[in-house]
Amino acid sequence: MKIASIHGALLDFRRMELLAGGGTALHRLDPRAKLLVTLFFIGTVVSYGKYAVTGMIPLVIFPVVMASLGELPPGYIARKIALLSPFALVVGLFNPLFDRTVLIHLGPLGISGGWISFSSILIRSILTVGAATILVALTGFPAICRALEQLGTPRLLTVQLSFLHRYLFVLIEEGGRLSRGRELRAFGNRGLGIGSFAPLIGNLLLRTWGRAERIHAAMLARGFTGEFHLRRESRFGGRELLFTVGWSIAFVALRFWNLPQLLGRVVTGITS
Amino acid sequence: MHMADALLSPVVGGTIWAVSAGSIAYCSKKVHRELDDRKIPLMGVLAAFLFAAQTINFTIPGTGSSGHLGGGLLLTLLLGPHAAFLAIASVLVVQALFFADGGVLALGCNIFNMGFIPAFIVYPFIYRNLRGKKLNQGRLTTAIILSALVGLQLGSLGVVLETWFSGISALPFATFLLLMQPIHLAIGAVEGIVTVAVVGFVYQARPEILRIATEDLEPGRYPLRGIVVTFFVAALLVGGGLSLFASRNPDGLEWAIARVAGSSELKAPGGGIHGFLAALQGRTAVMPDYSFRRPAGLTAAGLKPGGDRKKEEVERLGTAAAGLAGTLLTLALVFGSGLILKRRYQPAELSS
Amino acid sequence: MNHPAVELCNLSHLYPDGTVALRDISFTVSQGESVAIIGANGAGKSTLLLHLNGVLATTGGEVRINGVQLAKGTLPYVRRSVGMVFQEPDDQLFMPTVHDDVAFGPLNLGLTGRELERRVQESLHRVGIAHLRGKAPYNLSGGEKKRAAIATVLAMAPEILVMDEPTSGLDPHARRQLVGLLREFPHTRIFTSHDLDMVLELCPRTIVLHEGVVAADGPTEGIFRDDDLLARCRLEKPFSMQGCPVCGKINQRQGDMDQI
Repeated sequence: MKIASIHGALLDFRRMELLAGGGTALHRLDPRAKLLVTLFFIGTVVSYGKYAVTGMIPLVIFPVVMASLGELPPGYIARKIALLSPFALVVGLFNPLFDRTVLIHLGPLGISGGWISFSSILIRSILTVGAATILVALTGFPAICRALEQLGTPRLLTVQLSFLHRYLFVLIEEGGRLSRGRELRAFGNRGLGIGSFAPLIGNLLLRTWGRAERIHAAMLARGFTGEFHLRRESRFGGRELLFTVGWSIAFVALRFWNLPQLLGRVVTGITS
Repeated sequence: MHMADALLSPVVGGTIWAVSAGSIAYCSKKVHRELDDRKIPLMGVLAAFLFAAQTINFTIPGTGSSGHLGGGLLLTLLLGPHAAFLAIASVLVVQALFFADGGVLALGCNIFNMGFIPAFIVYPFIYRNLRGKKLNQGRLTTAIILSALVGLQLGSLGVVLETWFSGISALPFATFLLLMQPIHLAIGAVEGIVTVAVVGFVYQARPEILRIATEDLEPGRYPLRGIVVTFFVAALLVGGGLSLFASRNPDGLEWAIARVAGSSELKAPGGGIHGFLAALQGRTAVMPDYSFRRPAGLTAAGLKPGGDRKKEEVERLGTAAAGLAGTLLTLALVFGSGLILKRRYQPAELSS
Repeated sequence: MNHPAVELCNLSHLYPDGTVALRDISFTVSQGESVAIIGANGAGKSTLLLHLNGVLATTGGEVRINGVQLAKGTLPYVRRSVGMVFQEPDDQLFMPTVHDDVAFGPLNLGLTGRELERRVQESLHRVGIAHLRGKAPYNLSGGEKKRAAIATVLAMAPEILVMDEPTSGLDPHARRQLVGLLREFPHTRIFTSHDLDMVLELCPRTIVLHEGVVAADGPTEGIFRDDDLLARCRLEKPFSMQGCPVCGKINQRQGDMDQI
């Protein structure tokens, strides 16, 4: 978990929701189409071999086109991507250490397999994180839940996701208030140990429990009998089909033909 | 520790996704059958609690560094394994989508490492056995701390194995293991102590909340061993089948693509997972007509007469330059088209 | 024969830890009446409300709604008849959008299609937030949340409205608007509140709870003028009945009443 600051996370979350409320054609597309294409995209990215670098580059077209057509602010998306997965990067940084076989010579420069595979990990991270971020920013969390359910995810899980999404920041704010109370009375690190942490978390837990009981009461008061009824309209039409099939063909094509290599050969063939 | 998409191969990611998805389906049925409709809002709100709790830090005595609660074990104690597994899975889904923790393919692994392991391995085999039939403060404490330790050790082992089997990282298995396990021993100890403290506090205030954690469970109500065995067999079959396929045809997908593309360049794999991965890259992945062979002697597949060496070097330079130029050009094209699309569509949207 | 809307006979409630929350509470509320239940913190107001639609089960005594005794078999009827708005709208608005939230109750009643949409639209219009239907609850202001919470209940088409602290946490303007809205409802209404000015404005009748028993039950104005009763039950007069802090004068309306 890397929520650096509670406040920052809150703002970030609101920003994503705001972006998802946009009105472009991509926003209006049925969430299932966007979800499926994103999954297929991520599948394509991870299917490349360990040392794939240039072959993966053309796949950047997907996040770039989606972000531009969806009118997402490029700076914001870039910043989200820059957070990446620190774990993948740390583990990836070991590659140059353990895999020193030189695979490419660029003039006097020998590039080892480790550096190539590290670059590959970097590009994978950018592509997968970027695709997921754009999916959420174009669709919004509730619509993704809806799509998941329509694609066969058990309703109990999607209902959990809705509750989690609904109360996430209500509880983060509540935890923040408790936590601020503790910090204001702590001096340096004194008073911030487990001794004060456990009652604080315990309190938050008890309040959460009470809240869940009140929510349950509110559900019962409105005729809830254990079954969650939801109204789901479906609008997976021609546009969605075109979108899904179009991108899938593009991914398969890019996976087969190494576009930069072909382009490069044409370019260097002309200049030499 | 969150597993990441970038370190996963499709075979490993897909197999573990199958196990996690199966568990989600099973638990949903199970919780639904229990008919305790109080749990429906409770699970979701507790999942949100876990998130909120993770934003609050405590200082670890003697080190000056700070930590936070993981909470998977706490949730299992509060909700029972099935409901807790679903709640943890939903936390991980939100982390993957909103906070770019892990990723969509790695989600399967993360649900397994942080949800399946505490709920269906640690809880039934460690926690329940150690806690014993009658509630006893000392035994409860021991059970919780050991459960946290074992849970984090297994979770971290999961990450190591998933990474190693995927073969994207070059870290040797033993090195990686030595890096990960001791860190997680410390994390597990802290998690255990904090969980005991929180459980103690809640028990003082509202003991009925910890009904599931402290009650004498009737035997046979949670036929967990059955599920665990079933899912392991399923995982072995799926994973085994896939890797058998993979080892015969280095990488299933690569092989299929080579077949479809009519490439005749299929070579015998170099042996071992990394061997075949290394041997196959050049064929389809990086630069089609150029294979990243290890220098002669390292892999059998890479042996070539010395005379070709020089020529190969020249070719190597040529292809590398071509690759570089092509990459730059592609990027320029992609971002250029992105800009054009943006410009063209904005006025259209405004006018409509 | 018209049954009273709500009838409590010797209602008692014991919490699992043995604390007595309510003891021998009896009163009736007739159709169309508007009644306030007031009392200090911990007097048992919320516990009492939770009995009116069976969220809490009685540990003694009876509850009748429109003449129907509350029991396991009559729960669906009672919950359809008694709409309950809780104090904290965040606990009541648990769905992703206002529309979904308002639709939750009618969906549980088995409504679908046109009929469902009509219900949702009507309820939203009734409380004046039709434009907020697609919004997420956490993007609403306090007053809007309260209105949305009321809409979720109106969508069940209840005959009796029960509201716990309807004006708590609202700014003066939002409070004023809400009081205006509540006044127009034709339902039988039961409120709990610490906002005694609202009580004075909306409810001709008031029931005072003190330590789990009914301390008084009668016309609101009479109760608010009984200084002994108010002091004993840890209550204070509504501001509109207190003297002006600057000149000591009591406002016009109150002056009139004193002359009666």
